[in-house]
Amino acid sequence: MRIPTLLAGLAVLGLAAGCGSTQASNTSATAKATAGHAFPASVQAANGTVRVPARPTAIVSLSPTATEMLYAIGAGHQVKAVDADSDYPAQAPRTKLSGFDPNVEAIVAEKPDLVVAAGDTGGLTRKLAGFSIPVLDLPAPANLAGEYAEFAELGRATGHRAQAEHEVATVRSQIRQIVAAAPHHARPVTYYYELDQTYYSVTSGTFVGQLLGLLGMKSIADQASGAASSGGYPQLSAEYILRANPDYIILADTVCCHQDAATVAKRPGWSGLAAVKAGHIIALNDDIASRWGPRVTDLLRDVETGLTKGMTR
Amino acid sequence: MKSAVRKAAPGARAPRTARAALPRARPARAIAVATAILAAALLAGVAIGPAGLPLSMVARALASGLLPWHPGLGVPAIDAAIIWQIRLPRVVLGALVGAMLSAGGAAYQGVFRNPLADPYLLGVAAGGGLGATIVIVAGGSADLLPPAAFLGAAAAVAVTYVLGAGTPARRGPGSVGATASIVLAGVAVAALLTAVQTYLQQQHYQTLQEVYTWILGGLSLATWSDVLLILPYVIVAGVILIAHRRLLDVLRVGETEASSLGVDIARLRLTVVVAATLGTAAAVSVSGLIGFVGIIVPHTVRLTAGPSYRIVLPVSMIGGAAFLVLADIAARTVQAPAEVPIGVITALAGAPFFLIVLRSRRARQDLA
Repeated sequence: MRIPTLLAGLAVLGLAAGCGSTQASNTSATAKATAGHAFPASVQAANGTVRVPARPTAIVSLSPTATEMLYAIGAGHQVKAVDADSDYPAQAPRTKLSGFDPNVEAIVAEKPDLVVAAGDTGGLTRKLAGFSIPVLDLPAPANLAGEYAEFAELGRATGHRAQAEHEVATVRSQIRQIVAAAPHHARPVTYYYELDQTYYSVTSGTFVGQLLGLLGMKSIADQASGAASSGGYPQLSAEYILRANPDYIILADTVCCHQDAATVAKRPGWSGLAAVKAGHIIALNDDIASRWGPRVTDLLRDVETGLTKGMTR
Repeated sequence: MKSAVRKAAPGARAPRTARAALPRARPARAIAVATAILAAALLAGVAIGPAGLPLSMVARALASGLLPWHPGLGVPAIDAAIIWQIRLPRVVLGALVGAMLSAGGAAYQGVFRNPLADPYLLGVAAGGGLGATIVIVAGGSADLLPPAAFLGAAAAVAVTYVLGAGTPARRGPGSVGATASIVLAGVAVAALLTAVQTYLQQQHYQTLQEVYTWILGGLSLATWSDVLLILPYVIVAGVILIAHRRLLDVLRVGETEASSLGVDIARLRLTVVVAATLGTAAAVSVSGLIGFVGIIVPHTVRLTAGPSYRIVLPVSMIGGAAFLVLADIAARTVQAPAEVPIGVITALAGAPFFLIVLRSRRARQDLA
């Protein structure tokens, strides 16, 4: 009985530090109960149906989002190595492995029994299949339902189905609370969402755009001519943004490119924008904003806080 | 500026013997035509943009800003900002960069007697790219980019020149033969710096997009302060290069011949390289690496207006300004509001152009 106790303890640790979810201890009991007959498991991923023969104990995650999800569902103690960008939660065993340009030899050297990646870069799945290592490709989903499905598949693949379901329920209810707390506007609140300093943005149809849509917000990028062909991530121009004069500016390039309300106001011509004048500039953490894991609620809460502040100003 | 002529009067003028050897060149008409094209390009550059402002609004916004008493003329503040803070600095910066790259290319083709010479020949691009990459991967402020790129570009050329001109290939004060070794040193320095730059870029792939955007070059973030930053360099470099147009004409007959006519080739080369480097490095520091301009424009001028540097230098400056302004209009309208990298536009125009140049018999005789 030593091992299950250790597992449960680590799961609690992972959850407490991971995402602030609460009901870790009672769900880990369910996980123990289901773990026995859940394997071999058939898991759905972008690379098809993946067979996981036994409960994995040496997971390599090449996706920062998957790393956050694994810890959120209590599978943190089964994670052996994570890629260089997986900086959350802090106790994740970060290595120099690259998810951007995966090195198959370095991954195999970790002797993983499950590899999780976001995108099949460089034929990763095919190459690892040669070593009989199951790979789950869990790319950026189109919407929240896609995120919930990835939680569920990860839960199945790691033997934490119940905790995965619970985590999804937690995210759902937190989103409901945030949306309920958000101020109501008669018309959609328009926003310019900045991904980088060359004005790449998101439409209302993207994952982030749909999240913001829950708060009654609408992207100025929807009308851009490249909106559809760019897959919802069109590049805008300074002229276009000034002309659209959005109600809010949301910065998702605060870490990469040191942007904030002050640097935006200093851009030539931007001081006349309604959002700049009213102080309607919401600064997000790039890393949280570019992941679709348990912390989407943090992103939504940051925007909701900005909207509420904007109403009272 | 010192004279590049050993025993002639002050000023960069060819000695009498050399001047007599020059055919007559009439630059006035070509300059007038190029100026008209530039004026049209500037107007189009201000009038066209993704915001789709009507022409009347553009005219009113311009008038409102230009007239000394600044009448409102019913121009919304946002529209005035689009014209005065976004389009105008971009158009003016494009003109300055285009003028500098074209004049630099023309002068390099003359002084290195090589039709393929462009302003990046001696490592300006590789050095500027490395300087910018270092700032980006180190997470430095965007304000540091221009000085870092400028320093990198200037340092790269200095190293190239010292290594190249100091090689044993140098023979005597006329240093005939040193030209080739300087060009080869430029190739080596550029390869080395590009290798370092690529390594840094791959090690910090989080900033890959930022580095890549800079390398491709563009004017989308142009501001008036960029314009003020490079204006003095472009003026000084332009004046120095144009002042050497006659000496470059003398050099067209050959290094040995020019040397025997009294041209101090080593000094002429150094002056042209220093002027072109300062100007090009300044241009690169605010606009990144915009390719092909320095090759297409001077060769077009040679083919259409004549090969004399009394025509090629001034007309390339004016025509280069017009070319880059027009290329930038394409860059920001083809996929508006998204931007096509301007380097893609200039190269798309450049590759077919090379084939035409290569097939032209007249070009074979007149290039360089």
